[in-house]
Amino acid sequence: MSDTFFSGAPHWTWFIIPYFYVGGLAGGAYFLAAILAWFGKPEDRPVVRAGYDVAAVGAIFSGLLLTVDLGQPLRFWHMLFQSENFPAVMFKAWSPISFGAWAILLFGLFSVLSALGARAEEGRLQNAALRAVGGVVRGGLAKLVSGVGGILGFFVAGYTGVLLSVTNRPIWADSPWLGALFLVSGASTGAAMLILLAPGRGAAQRSLEWLSSFDTRALVLELLVLALFLISLGSINRVWLSFWGLVLLVGVVGAGILAPLRLHAKPAQAARLVLLGGFLLRLATMLASEGIDRYRVAAGM
Amino acid sequence: MAEALGFFTDTTVCIGCKACEVACKEWNQLPAENGGVGTLSGDSYDNTRRLDGIHWRHVRFIEQFKGPYDGRWLMMSDVCKHCVQAGCLEVCPTGAIIRTEFDTVVIQSDVCNGCRACIAACPFGVIDINPVSGTAQKCTLCYDRLKVGLEPACSKACPTDSIQFGPITELRQRAQKRVEQLRAQGTKADLYGADPNGALGGLNSFYLLVDKPEVYGLPKQPQLPTRNLSKTAGFSVASAAVLGVLALVGLRKHRMDDMGGPGGGGGGGGGGGQN
Repeated sequence: MSDTFFSGAPHWTWFIIPYFYVGGLAGGAYFLAAILAWFGKPEDRPVVRAGYDVAAVGAIFSGLLLTVDLGQPLRFWHMLFQSENFPAVMFKAWSPISFGAWAILLFGLFSVLSALGARAEEGRLQNAALRAVGGVVRGGLAKLVSGVGGILGFFVAGYTGVLLSVTNRPIWADSPWLGALFLVSGASTGAAMLILLAPGRGAAQRSLEWLSSFDTRALVLELLVLALFLISLGSINRVWLSFWGLVLLVGVVGAGILAPLRLHAKPAQAARLVLLGGFLLRLATMLASEGIDRYRVAAGM
Repeated sequence: MAEALGFFTDTTVCIGCKACEVACKEWNQLPAENGGVGTLSGDSYDNTRRLDGIHWRHVRFIEQFKGPYDGRWLMMSDVCKHCVQAGCLEVCPTGAIIRTEFDTVVIQSDVCNGCRACIAACPFGVIDINPVSGTAQKCTLCYDRLKVGLEPACSKACPTDSIQFGPITELRQRAQKRVEQLRAQGTKADLYGADPNGALGGLNSFYLLVDKPEVYGLPKQPQLPTRNLSKTAGFSVASAAVLGVLALVGLRKHRMDDMGGPGGGGGGGGGGGQN
């Protein structure tokens, strides 16, 4: 039996699972928007703007979910500053939850700046102060913001899996592939969300085709990383002989990866399934581990 | 730093009275579970079942019975191990978990924000949330008592000296003598966590066991959570690079199609608009 079976479950459930999902999706959407902002054409701008919007909303929502999940929500700032020595910064480079707190804050800042810049570009900002901020984020500065934000976006999408691996919990700490898996899933769900939202923002057919082809490639990569994740678990795979194994097989692999790959000709339908699969991936990996309780293992139950 | 202090728990003399559990709860004013309404485990004589935010001591009953007349009881008073290299302290993002001058590990409840990273990081499943404070809590090795020269409440209350408190170096010598004594009597006995060169740099709360550690609910080779950091981060970065290449290859393919298609030859460019 793996030594991870003797640890305690952290109860990361109904706020953290949506956070992992939304954070990954937002990070993936921003990354794709940044790629198009840097290397795309003017006709790709609607997708870029939609990506910034998804990222900004997702980052704010993620921060709220994280805060609400705390046992003492009003002390959320203790992760950023030393509570007894304010304003000295609280940061541990070797602790994913510590650098993740900073990453989500900075990602939120960059994605909101980008979203404001994009809205100012469209002339959709009514508030004078926001219009002034959005007006500054243009040209070279906008590219710089999107470049740094894109890196932060991928960081947010992937660090959640790294955070789980840097524990002593079953499944999470038994494989080094969880960070990569969550990151690739974040990219595929980010692309799926943009496939659904970008047409409403006037996206060109060429941009949507690019998103769709990227999503297909990301899904193939996700399948590969998922296989490596399962192989690396070895004997731990017996935990999947449960309801969560069924969710992983049918929901994630079947509905979330294979079905969208088959539905390549129907991008919107495929995108909805990708979004479902991404959520089920977090749900299954989180709750399969959460359900393993130390005293039951010790008692041989 | 003052001399490292800790516990040596000799499980062979534990009688399962749970006086240590009661003394701990009383001294630390830990709340009752389930509003004080007793709940029976239903499958064991041990109804506490586990260490958590309101049970900082737990006398584990290991009931090894094959039949009514064929079996034995093992009992172990479990507690935070106050690891020399502590996983909880390593990952705590608020700095709430500190190492004290007694080489013990303490969670400052007024700093902790209840993120629960330490719960998942502890290889022993020691820490949990105290629902009253909303913060992660565990044994402090009675830091407040140590500060005034008193021994921890649990070891003070232990009627058989199964829990012994003192300087770690002294406890290790005492434990080694006890192991030799038991082995001379024909009893299989081993120390768990006493080796300063062993797992986690040694445990400042270590045990004498007469069966495999797993039988007592202890990991065979406890490890720090950061052992996985470089590998999992490396794979994540690699997959990010692959995704970046996939995205750019897709864009390049579109551009090549544009150039090769009717009216092609244009499309130069990067840029992406004015923003």
